[in-house]
Amino acid sequence: MHLFRHGTPTFFPQTPSVSAGRADAAPHGRSEAGGPAVTGFSLDNGLDVIVVPDHRAPVVTHMIWYRNGSADDPIGQSGIAHFLEHLMFKGTEKHPVGAFSKAVSGLGGQENAFTSYDYTAYFQRVARDHLGTMMAFEADRMSGLVLDDAVVAPERDVVLEERRMRVETDPSAQLSEAMAASLFVHHPYGIPIIGWMHEIEGLNREHALAYYKRFYTPENAILVVAGDVTPEEVRRQAEATYGQVAPQGARPERRRPREPEPRAMRRLAVADPKVEQPTLQRLYLTPSCITARDGGCHDLELLAEVLGGGSTSYLYRKLVLEQGLAVNAGAWYMGSAIDDTRFSVYAVPAEGVGLEQLEEAVDRVLRRAPAEALGAEAIERAKTRLVAETVYSSDSQSSLARIYGSALAIGETVEEVRRWPTDIEAVTKDRLSAASERWLTPARSVTGYLTKTKDADAPVAIAAE
Amino acid sequence: MNLAETDTRTVNAPTKALPVPGGAGVEAWHVESPVVPMIALAFTFEGGAAQDPEGKAGCAQMLARLLDEGAGDLTSDAFQERLAARAIELSFHAGPDAIGGSLKMLTKHADEAIDLLALALAKPRLDADAIERVRAQMIAGLRYQQNDPGVLASRRFFREGFAGHAYGRPSSGTLESVAAITRDDLLAMHALIIGRGAVKVAAVGAITATQLAEGLNRAFGALPEAGELRAVPKTVVQGLGRREVVDLDVPQSVIRFGLAGVPWRDPDFIPAYVLNHILGGGAFTSRLFQEVREKRGLAYSVGTSLVSHRATAMIWGYTATKNERVGEALAVISEEIDRLVANGPSDEELQKAKDYLTGSYALGFDTSTKIAHQLVQIAFEGLGMDYFARRNDMVSGVTQADIRRAAARTFADGKMLVVAAGRPTGF
Repeated sequence: MHLFRHGTPTFFPQTPSVSAGRADAAPHGRSEAGGPAVTGFSLDNGLDVIVVPDHRAPVVTHMIWYRNGSADDPIGQSGIAHFLEHLMFKGTEKHPVGAFSKAVSGLGGQENAFTSYDYTAYFQRVARDHLGTMMAFEADRMSGLVLDDAVVAPERDVVLEERRMRVETDPSAQLSEAMAASLFVHHPYGIPIIGWMHEIEGLNREHALAYYKRFYTPENAILVVAGDVTPEEVRRQAEATYGQVAPQGARPERRRPREPEPRAMRRLAVADPKVEQPTLQRLYLTPSCITARDGGCHDLELLAEVLGGGSTSYLYRKLVLEQGLAVNAGAWYMGSAIDDTRFSVYAVPAEGVGLEQLEEAVDRVLRRAPAEALGAEAIERAKTRLVAETVYSSDSQSSLARIYGSALAIGETVEEVRRWPTDIEAVTKDRLSAASERWLTPARSVTGYLTKTKDADAPVAIAAE
Repeated sequence: MNLAETDTRTVNAPTKALPVPGGAGVEAWHVESPVVPMIALAFTFEGGAAQDPEGKAGCAQMLARLLDEGAGDLTSDAFQERLAARAIELSFHAGPDAIGGSLKMLTKHADEAIDLLALALAKPRLDADAIERVRAQMIAGLRYQQNDPGVLASRRFFREGFAGHAYGRPSSGTLESVAAITRDDLLAMHALIIGRGAVKVAAVGAITATQLAEGLNRAFGALPEAGELRAVPKTVVQGLGRREVVDLDVPQSVIRFGLAGVPWRDPDFIPAYVLNHILGGGAFTSRLFQEVREKRGLAYSVGTSLVSHRATAMIWGYTATKNERVGEALAVISEEIDRLVANGPSDEELQKAKDYLTGSYALGFDTSTKIAHQLVQIAFEGLGMDYFARRNDMVSGVTQADIRRAAARTFADGKMLVVAAGRPTGF
């Protein structure tokens, strides 16, 4: 039931158990199933529309994506994208607070929203015949949002509780935040999606409305409808609803600083009395599927799978099965990003193994990877797993809607999504080896230790005997 | 068109059980769905963590985690390689009353997937190195969560609410109990639970009934009879009216609260389900969501759900708020429960809840994996294959009198067991 709580930001993995990046969001391709006949078009006011047919049940997933995320937060207002996402449920001139949610639940629908670094999205899942109603409500809140302090103040408290729940009570989340802040010395990917505590406290109605006016426009949005519909129906209904929202003339510009070339290997630690199980985390600054559009990102996606995707991966085999130095180990790559992004390697030490010892072992294993990890069979297995995900995800219309929505929101095309399995198949051993040697280098890395410390406030000498 | 009116079409329910030749004691439900070339299989064996031997909590879960760590002639690594080579996804899990599993495969690899499942069920190797590896992973997992406020609050809640009962012990065990589990314990658990007798199976996807029956016969038909499970005595949540604190140095307290419940097979379950939806079910319109979150900004997450185990049932709820506001949050929650006991929901509120629950039922049936898990759960509860057809009518038929009866059985006088992990004030 937590899945459908609104305001859940798309936090990328903060714990070693979650796999991420494109493997999670592997797009559908033509290689296995032929793939759904995805249609794309634009309305006169600039709104882009994607229709993904799925006629197995008379249900639709209706999503609206905005091309702005936490990385577009103005300086000093971290968390505003996410805070506004919460405030988007507070009513419009036409529909008072709660009316949209009541309509959705009265129709037996489900709804939610999420914020990520590069985009913000809202969605409902309803019976096919209610699609037009959802579009009318969603188009209305593209321009009609009304906010007063009586709803803004308690919602800010909600977000502060959300941050307390996710970060302030969890040392491993604090380590993830610190590592991102260190990896990105200049780019806003180093700032948490939810924002820093002290800046969330200062966010107000004026910040939210200014941000809303800047980004919530038809030119900046992508409508994705997956389900039991035809492109013609969607076009007709979209024109009658979203088509009536006045354009602003141009898509708002994302202004982001570029990350400089990294020179320094960085190390940091979060030490907390609550930590009972130490862990080792490593991040590397790497290109993304936008900054390495030439295929470099496919190399990194496959490399993450070969090195650290599950219990047949190289890292797991070496560190867990052969050397017994770790109880778990793996890797993931967050390829789906506009700007340069992160590649992660992690390991959880076996009992009695120190983090320094484990780190040395991880580095030894990674150094040998180009020569040892890239056997034909291992590469083939990794490709099979990634490509099979495209079939598995076409079983879920909401997954398909997310795959297309997130790809378009960062600037990929429908064709790039469809071609993805073919591109993965085309990656060679030489390309993997080159990617590993080029990107997984000390100067591009941040290493993080999660360790236990004695409570600094505790009396030290008294209990010694 | 409301989804409720089209349920018979939208809910992909089976119409008759699939005979599994030679598979006495194996009940299989099948929904053929040829569009996507994959198959999702879900299955459940009667008997789970409540069967863990004394002092060996975590045994059923350890067994579940070991079933895919080598079987027959295949060592763990070889077994995992066979799965990965064809992108077959196989996993097992243990709950309080069952060991269940899930198998996802491309249709073209169905034979290989079924062969591997058959091996995992009938001939797990339980090699010493695999046992030690899984033990170390479980212990690392326990340590990782050792001071997680949510985990601490839940564990304490069950320890207090089900003191002296098998449900009071954590399914994932403790550092001591996981360390104490031996290979013989695991073998005994395997013989007790993984057998024919009370296994339910559901399969959804691009496979015909004939192919499926043959496959299921291979996977389940050759299993020995399951053993005789230890009886799990019926129980109810204890300690209503009590408040417990797990002291932890964090700025926010995680709260768990519970009251009596109604089991799924009970005729009052559906009224209790509607009542729960009104109080704290999974929509933004629930009373707790509105009062705790929307109006007062007390918490990001708040809600309640119905727990139905073989030998108990309860309504249990969750929230998390900064330490200074714990008293206020609990007062608001209690007040909403008291108001429901005293006045019931308004007619409009009841109607809206029924509209939501009937309308959204089909949304749980939109992927093969979700359908398979829904089917196997209904089969496990023994509700009958016609449940899917009856369910929305039962919800629509709930009256104010039904709600009052359910409220009397669950909320009673409104006293609950509350556990908070943190440094709560006003508690």
